[in-house]
Amino acid sequence: MSITVLKPGMLSTLQDGGRYGYQHLGVPVSGAMDMFSHRIANILADNKTDEATLEITLRGPRLRFERDALVALCGADLTPTIDGVPAPEGKAVRVRAGAVLAFGDSVAGCRAYLAIHGGFDVPVVMGSRSTYDSARIGGLDGRALRRGDVLSSGSEKSSAYPGLARTLASSTRSFAAPKWAVNQHIEKLGRSLQIVRILAGRHWDAFPAAARDALTAGEYRIATDSNRMGSRLEGPGIVADGPLEILSETVTFGTIQIPPSGQPIVLMADRQTVGGYPKIAEVATVDLHLVAQLRPGDRLRFELVSLAQAQALWLKREQEIITIREAVEKHLAE
Amino acid sequence: MLSKPHFFPMGDQALIVEFGDRVDPALSAQIAAVAQLLRESRPIGVLDIVPAYSTLALHYDPAAVGAGASPYEALVETVGTWLKTLSVETLPAGHLIEIPVCYGGTFGEDLQALAQSHNLSVEEVIAIHSAASYHVHMLGFVPGFAYLGGLDERLATPRRATPRPHVPAGSVAIGGAQTGVYPLDTPGGWQIIGRTPLRLFKSDAVPPSLLNAGDTVRFVPISAQEFEAQSKATA
Repeated sequence: MSITVLKPGMLSTLQDGGRYGYQHLGVPVSGAMDMFSHRIANILADNKTDEATLEITLRGPRLRFERDALVALCGADLTPTIDGVPAPEGKAVRVRAGAVLAFGDSVAGCRAYLAIHGGFDVPVVMGSRSTYDSARIGGLDGRALRRGDVLSSGSEKSSAYPGLARTLASSTRSFAAPKWAVNQHIEKLGRSLQIVRILAGRHWDAFPAAARDALTAGEYRIATDSNRMGSRLEGPGIVADGPLEILSETVTFGTIQIPPSGQPIVLMADRQTVGGYPKIAEVATVDLHLVAQLRPGDRLRFELVSLAQAQALWLKREQEIITIREAVEKHLAE
Repeated sequence: MLSKPHFFPMGDQALIVEFGDRVDPALSAQIAAVAQLLRESRPIGVLDIVPAYSTLALHYDPAAVGAGASPYEALVETVGTWLKTLSVETLPAGHLIEIPVCYGGTFGEDLQALAQSHNLSVEEVIAIHSAASYHVHMLGFVPGFAYLGGLDERLATPRRATPRPHVPAGSVAIGGAQTGVYPLDTPGGWQIIGRTPLRLFKSDAVPPSLLNAGDTVRFVPISAQEFEAQSKATA
């Protein structure tokens, strides 16, 4: 037993890197909406593999730690506190048994990620611990957290950050954190007007130049009915010259579909595996976490890049994560 | 070899291979078989291989698909070369899956009205629906849902004006020119004509889905008593 859910928050689900290998059977990938923050949280909590983290949406939960734990919070700034004291983000944090982690207003971004050392102990379903609540697959009983749930963590395997444990033992505070932090670009995550890079999609050329220009020149707002399946956008309409005859085919994380209304939908983590609307573009993977962090009402603009640019940016991001892991590992013995 | 494939990027981590531009059981059966063989060959860095009506999608990790400046070009090269080794004659065939269905009654609340709208008897609708062979073009929409081709056009029926908020798993239904089976309890707007005791999707089964792209489906009428007996057996 390790964490008791005193209040579940608006939507708190366990998510990992996603459920790959089953899309041909119609199983959505799911996984963390903001994969960057999810991965950094795992690295800080000294998880060597892709463990599930708790994805916390806008209004966070109240969680009581039933024993000392090593955790990390990354992503949106939802004003986290531990026993009423502001809790650090982008840091490894040693939390004392009995302490309560709570959240306040969303200052920047939409989704925070809580990693715990050893990972959350829920069954692996089709290769993943990610929650897909529409079909009740994965996570904790296939659903979001509820009041009274108890989350177990895997056993403490490492003796990471021994200094934090000593600091906690010799103080009366509810948690201990180091001076250093990972720069997770929170100021960039939390912008209310985001520049998001896109690549031309399968049906880019099927749209008239005016429609393509509208997509790249216009400003879009995140609609309130956006969710883990898709971010619905409000802004300049994207109109085809006539009805486009599209055979249903596979879509992906970041596909921008144009339904008959002309208002684009960016497909996100819980997207269905196939779709029948024209695909005008795809969000560059390197910028998907920026879309995931936009709140309803926040705005974005699209900027067209080439496939070569998008892949080079992604490989650079992967290198950046390796650099962060190496930097964090230098502190593990402290 | 299959008709000449065309390659398209779908974002920076997926690739679409297009083999045609039409709904054709022979084409989607070939694509399903190619998908199966490609999955078994475990190409490095490829996370998912997803067949559809006329295309095959590969989701990949650009950092893992191979050296070189462009992960996309590297994967196109690998897959293009691999495809050239295939011949249509040796592609594996799908399976024939028989799905028992208890038509009408509480299991198929729309059967009576559907029959009337076509000036057919209930027995005629059941006979027509269970006489055909259906081809699984692809799966999608929800886990385990098969896009079936082959509905007799005499049974094509518009969807309900108001979708039901809850359609039980196993419901067999007609929506427009398509028929299908709801694998999970979901909302749904199709006309429900019966129910199968089989479970089409179980997340802890291997494989989790009863149906796969390329399979052939036949519906076999059963009585309510047989439905109860088979429900117990599959529970």
